[in-house]
Amino acid sequence: MKHSTFSFMWLLVVILSVCCGPATVWAQDGTPGAIDTGDTAWILVSSAFVLCMTLPGLALFYGGLVRSKNVLGTLMHTAIILCLISIVWVLLGYTLAFGTDVGGVIGSLEFLFSLGVGQDAYPGTGIPHLAFMVFQLMFAAITVALITGSFAERMKFTALLLFAVLWSVLIYSPLAHWVWGGGWLAEMGALDFAGGAVVHISSGFAALVCALMLGQRKGYGVESMVPHNLPMTVMGTGLLWFGWFGFNAGSALGANGGAASAFVATHIAACAGGISWMGAEWLRTGKPTMLGVASGIIAGLATITPGAGFVSPLAALLIGLVAGVVCYAAVVLKIRLGYDDSLDVVAIHGVGGFTGILATGIFASVGAQGLLYGTPGQFVIQFVLAVSTLVFVVVGTFVILKVVDLVVGLRVSSEEEEIGLDLSQHSERAYS
Amino acid sequence: MKLVTAIIKPFKLDEVKDALTEAGVQGMTVSEVKGFGRQKGHKETYRGTEYQIDFVPKVKLELAIADDLEGKILDTLRTAAKTGSIGDGKIFVSDLNIVIRIRTGETGEGAL
Repeated sequence: MKHSTFSFMWLLVVILSVCCGPATVWAQDGTPGAIDTGDTAWILVSSAFVLCMTLPGLALFYGGLVRSKNVLGTLMHTAIILCLISIVWVLLGYTLAFGTDVGGVIGSLEFLFSLGVGQDAYPGTGIPHLAFMVFQLMFAAITVALITGSFAERMKFTALLLFAVLWSVLIYSPLAHWVWGGGWLAEMGALDFAGGAVVHISSGFAALVCALMLGQRKGYGVESMVPHNLPMTVMGTGLLWFGWFGFNAGSALGANGGAASAFVATHIAACAGGISWMGAEWLRTGKPTMLGVASGIIAGLATITPGAGFVSPLAALLIGLVAGVVCYAAVVLKIRLGYDDSLDVVAIHGVGGFTGILATGIFASVGAQGLLYGTPGQFVIQFVLAVSTLVFVVVGTFVILKVVDLVVGLRVSSEEEEIGLDLSQHSERAYS
Repeated sequence: MKLVTAIIKPFKLDEVKDALTEAGVQGMTVSEVKGFGRQKGHKETYRGTEYQIDFVPKVKLELAIADDLEGKILDTLRTAAKTGSIGDGKIFVSDLNIVIRIRTGETGEGAL
């Protein structure tokens, strides 16, 4: 009782200070820029595109890869994370990421509860601040949803909810601030066009920690864990690909040449990734597979993400080709090492994002210069970006999982796992 | 009377049904089943992980026939279900003592 009274008082103080404070502090020059209707239209549409990546895109991609007894549980992870993180972002996440910089590490609380985020142009763009906030919201949501592939088929639902909120506030928001919100990595000149580090390295290596800490699924390596519906996964791939145009080309924050350049690079890398993954597995196992092509497409998309707005179409082709092979190799390595990253988030997003951040430092030629264009220093900055993201995410995810484990426990019981998440966690079945 | 149980390749079902109908079989029961024989299973690969699939999808046919049709039916069945490659399946024949038509209560060959 005492505790809740205190929380309420605190909340009241915060609300009052925000409401009464100068709500337009962000407009540093005092006069917000003009709204560009074309830019605004494109960013609003792009925001909806990125929503479509998460639900249904990612949900179907993951849902098809699990066994039929866990498909609803898997779709549920993505759906509820979308709902939950959207709210968290509006209330707290956005201001931590994009509030005025405090010491290079975090945003101030000036946009707490999104108060002061209005229709005036976001600084440096022709789009309303609200459009920028909701575009970024979609990124925050999909990043957490991506992680769920690593602990599919065995995480307790309450643990998932707690983990998602803590991870988004304590890992995603600071990271987005460092790279995009004027934090120390942005100051250093790190290039991450649409989230190779903020979205893919972060979700990918959080996934590694999750896979290691939750442990293998019951029967891993002994029982058959064949995907239950690959056509569903292929449908998800198509929707992810479609949505990725909003993700990458939308990150130009305007309807302009930069958006077109990112659009083309995105498409080429996706195609090249699909081809090279297929080639690699064809050479190694003797057969080209549909799942291989789908995985390669996603690997190409994840890898081009940080460089999409900075590279030429030919560089995008090369990056996509490398992505398919490197990410396939990472999947093979996972099998050798024996950790159960169930849906290969580490191999595709972690390794893809890491590769993409470095590749941006080599091939950047549009609006920035990489190693090949006379700026070797950019490569060093990219390396610092990739490694610091990885270290922060690994340590942070470890701590959060420890806390969640203490509070509610991470895994379902062995019997519940045997029955499947659909029945044990949600009392429903996908196919009856 | 004989009960003929045949395990065949699923894609052969239509061909086998047509041939048996032609040969005078008036009814049959079909189920989708899984199993293995000397062929063992097959391998499937998902993102580089190989799975040994032990139980291969097959179709099981069950038909009750009069004794005098036995030779003809078994020949027809074997010919229609054969591809010549491994995994074509098996035919089991056993004696059938009682057959009852539920609607009329008829028994024996008249109920077939």
